[in-house]
Amino acid sequence: MLKVDEKYVGQVDMPSSRNWWPVIGTVVFVLCAAAFPAFAKAIGDPSLIGLAIRISIYAIAAASLNLILGYGGMISFGHAAYFGIGGYVVGILYHHFVEGSPFLGFIPGTNQFLITIPAAIIISGLFALVLGALSLRTSGVPFIMITLAFAQMLFFLFLSLKAYGGDDGLIVRRRNVLFDLNMADDTTFFYLTIGLAILYFIAFARLVRSPFGLVLGGIRQNERRMAAIGVSTYQYKLTAFVIAGMGAGLAGALMANYSKFVSPDMLHWTKSGDLMIMIIIGGTGTLLGPALGAVVLIGLETFLTSWTEHWKFILGPILIVIVLFSSGGLTSLFQGWSRKRE
Amino acid sequence: MSEPLLKVDGLIKRFGGLVATNNLSLDVVEGELHALIGPNGAGKTTFISQIAGELHQDSGSIHFDGNEISQWKTPVRVQRGLARSFQITQLLPDYTALDNVALAVQVRRGHSYQFFTDARKKTDLRDEGRQHLERAGLGSRANIVVSELSHGEQKQLELAIALATKPRMLLLDEPMAGLGTAECARMIDLLKVLKTEVTILLVEHDMDAVFALADRISVLVNGERIATGSADDIRANEAVRVAYLGEGDA
Repeated sequence: MLKVDEKYVGQVDMPSSRNWWPVIGTVVFVLCAAAFPAFAKAIGDPSLIGLAIRISIYAIAAASLNLILGYGGMISFGHAAYFGIGGYVVGILYHHFVEGSPFLGFIPGTNQFLITIPAAIIISGLFALVLGALSLRTSGVPFIMITLAFAQMLFFLFLSLKAYGGDDGLIVRRRNVLFDLNMADDTTFFYLTIGLAILYFIAFARLVRSPFGLVLGGIRQNERRMAAIGVSTYQYKLTAFVIAGMGAGLAGALMANYSKFVSPDMLHWTKSGDLMIMIIIGGTGTLLGPALGAVVLIGLETFLTSWTEHWKFILGPILIVIVLFSSGGLTSLFQGWSRKRE
Repeated sequence: MSEPLLKVDGLIKRFGGLVATNNLSLDVVEGELHALIGPNGAGKTTFISQIAGELHQDSGSIHFDGNEISQWKTPVRVQRGLARSFQITQLLPDYTALDNVALAVQVRRGHSYQFFTDARKKTDLRDEGRQHLERAGLGSRANIVVSELSHGEQKQLELAIALATKPRMLLLDEPMAGLGTAECARMIDLLKVLKTEVTILLVEHDMDAVFALADRISVLVNGERIATGSADDIRANEAVRVAYLGEGDA
């Protein structure tokens, strides 16, 4: 039995022809996105552009949560905290920029997009590092509870921060400045947002197939096995937690720019719940599931609220039907769109 | 006599009132295949788990390659060359057999903090993984998802993964359990080859396998080691026959 079977020597994993579908899909999507603002105006409904911006932003946020929830098996119920922190970084820096006073006495405010966005990503990542380091000492239901508790602590912190508007939130009068772009124009901001979202998803697709991504998926499937091949699982889980927090920070910073407003609502646990619902609708542990979930949830919310303020009364049954009849989320209905559980 | 590779001294582990490991001392010399036998509930798996670092002993010491390793966590022990296989298979069910093994190779080589290269296109990792699969007799099943492998194949995969960590010492927890006769014979053949390359502590119920493979055998009853010796010594040992082999005069 130890003889090498000739048939399998030199066998390769990958089919010799490269799979071009992801590339084709991306190109088609980019073309559609490029034409979208003109299309929205042509059918006389430019508000669709704003809707698409919000969907792109929530797609990033939900995908970032999906890294730890779907791929890593860590059910964090406090992901909105990092979304909110990203938003507040933009809001607070803008606040100090307008007032001319430095934050904490030495950090000058700014309205430069190229500074606020990286700052939001880094600060969210630092918060995720600290809170994740503590939360990941637990697992299972205690982990869900402790992430929820930390997020609610931050929610109440910002609620009581009168210097930054307390429960009224902070108004960002003008969107951050990026080169000479007219950021106030929704079409420009749409291209910026969708561009960042596409880059984010490309990076995400590479990440989950990388050596790190494989270890992360292994930890979800069997943490004991991973320890037995020499993986210090805690470090990998924490790294993933930080990467996820950074993604949410990016989304939050974009949302603060888009809505020109940040408030503690961005950190509320119901926002974390929304992100989880998007993932579950679209398919946990799939690349495009969170994006699809964002389209469905934000789309339904917009569509149904135009009918009735009791829109959640209709949303609930729709969600139940989706979950019941598409095990594994909507992406499972589109076989080949996204390979499940990379 | 040379210093043993694994030296366990006075190991005690209690679960409430139950003493699972009772003042157990055991040496495993480099290069030998040391078998551990004992009736159900003798504390064999508990003992293996303490050596592997999944359980922590209440008292006693474990030396591996001259180092006291009791404070080391499982991953560190694996990195230092102390690998185990599981009685109840612990695999990554959504990945292919090759993914499982190549991942162990990747971890051993310290490639795991790469974020943007495609892990499945790293041909050096895949090739080495394939070699380990072939050794374990799974070469033809490399691209099958683990959840679709038979029980016997999953046991073989357990072994392939342990080999991929390039251990100095293997802790094998009942690699034959649940295998059919033919699979069992193949596993014995494989272990006969492996024992020339790596030190093995084998826990096994299959007496034919143990007597065929082991250089030395230790018998565990109620968490205590009651005998150690060659296969012939153990067969002849009266205490063992009474306690375990069921041939005692009493």
